[in-house]
Amino acid sequence: MTPIFHISNLHFRYTSIPVLKDLTCDIACGEFVALIGPNGAGKSTFLKVLAGLLRNYEGAVDFSGQLLRVIRTRDLAKRIAFVPQETHMAFPFTAGEIVMMGRLPHRAGGLFDTRRDTDAVREAMELTDTHEFSGKVFAELSGGERQRVVLASALAQQPEVLLLDEPTVYLDLKHQIQFYDILERLNEDRRITIVSATHDVNLAARYARRMIAVRSGSFIADGPPDEVLTPERLYEIFEINAAVFRRPDGLGSYIVPTA
Amino acid sequence: MTVVGPCALFCLLVLAIAPWIGSAGISWHNVVAGRSPDREIFIIARLPRILFGAVAGGALAVAGVLFQAILRNSLATPFTLGISAGSSFGAVVAIWLGLEVVVAGVPFVSLAAFIGAFLTILLVFFIARSGNALPAFTLLLAGVTLNFVFGALIMFIHYAANFSQSYMMTRWMMGSLDTADIRTVWRTAPFVIGCVAALIWMAPQFNPLAGGEEWAASRGVDVRRLKNVSYFIGSILTGAVTAFSGPIGFVGLIVPHTIRLIAGPDHRIVIPASFFLGSGFLVLCDTAARTIFAPTEIPVGVITALLGGPFFIVLLKRKRGELW
Repeated sequence: MTPIFHISNLHFRYTSIPVLKDLTCDIACGEFVALIGPNGAGKSTFLKVLAGLLRNYEGAVDFSGQLLRVIRTRDLAKRIAFVPQETHMAFPFTAGEIVMMGRLPHRAGGLFDTRRDTDAVREAMELTDTHEFSGKVFAELSGGERQRVVLASALAQQPEVLLLDEPTVYLDLKHQIQFYDILERLNEDRRITIVSATHDVNLAARYARRMIAVRSGSFIADGPPDEVLTPERLYEIFEINAAVFRRPDGLGSYIVPTA
Repeated sequence: MTVVGPCALFCLLVLAIAPWIGSAGISWHNVVAGRSPDREIFIIARLPRILFGAVAGGALAVAGVLFQAILRNSLATPFTLGISAGSSFGAVVAIWLGLEVVVAGVPFVSLAAFIGAFLTILLVFFIARSGNALPAFTLLLAGVTLNFVFGALIMFIHYAANFSQSYMMTRWMMGSLDTADIRTVWRTAPFVIGCVAALIWMAPQFNPLAGGEEWAASRGVDVRRLKNVSYFIGSILTGAVTAFSGPIGFVGLIVPHTIRLIAGPDHRIVIPASFFLGSGFLVLCDTAARTIFAPTEIPVGVITALLGGPFFIVLLKRKRGELW
């Protein structure tokens, strides 16, 4: 089976300093991948390359057997959705209007929302439990609500792949878990491929099936969370000493930095 | 869509009533019967000016919406981007050099104003551009800087010019619709209507831009193309209108804000509604300018600022925090 992403020898630099160095990996359809690594490791940049937002990279990135670089922005947006860390709206759009923005790539160019658009929006808002504040202005929602609305907007794109850049970084514990529960359901029930960058290693270990560790623009570990999360590896990745505890139910591990 | 209808109605109502109001009383019967001077006052003096006012008001309001959308900044207008100042500079230079000729039926001063507007756009573009990106903040700063530079140049020319030239320059910069004749309408209306139609067609793409360029791009918007096209269209809208009217402020600021406050920020509504409200608003202001101190006329820019300023302040006080 062809992987949904095939990345080989990917290099990227914003200025003269390389940010991604010679990355090679495959991501299969339906995977739930967590990207972990320290600040500035290149996680966001890697996601933006996959999302087609940065196209001046070197090396090859294939998406479903096609060169990612040559796929039109609009066609890509029908299949890949991107959820940023935080979203600021310059104008007071309501939650419902923001979810509707996710329908843009599917529009043939008409001005009016079609039945298919409203159906997709309703479904996305049901999945994320956001329909109750559909008419509220986005900026007035809480952080957790906002992030769910942004996720709903991404789901309204009806994507095959969901790329998330530290989506829960501003959320409290309950909302972090709630958010990842939704992702898990999307991954299991709808076979949506998920790649999520995160600083919360414990959360990632609980939900992701595969963990890729990035440091200074290189992949330094790639495998099931249990294999990646060892004290030695953690020292390599984060330069921390940490104790690792396996969960008795087998659902991941906990790491506790010791000093 | 609920606001577009009332705005269009308001605009039509103003257009229907305004020609009958003025320093000279005219009667409907005389106009229809073609009797002098009522017919001339209606057809030659008032109607073209009112139609041009509608075109200009709509264009300035939509240009405001457009610049606010692509720069993600609710203070962006043709003024803040230096386009109006550049246009004034062009006109002032033409007056100073005594180029009061008519080229292909267009007064050279207007042509110079249009060229001034367009060169300013290219200049702002050139200054702000870094690589492929056109960062909004740099663009605004470049506009503000050019405003100062052109302001200084205009002042210098004023100083160097003689008394009557200086008077003409001042009058031009006050902004007025009184030079419009029917040819002005024919020269500007097709551009403006074409541009506004194109923008309405593009309207859905402006919405995700509110969340930033990446946000829009990940929803399939070709951001670079959209911004380039928008900037070009906005410049044509502004340039074509200010070439004949001089700079008329506040319309591009008040009208879009009012619509957003009433109907929300969806550009599919804001663009057409702003066009109609801007049209009606400017014609209304111009009617006031013609009649308040009749037979003396006040520059319409004075009215838009005097009506718009306080109105805007009230909105700011009442809806603080909700205003965008």
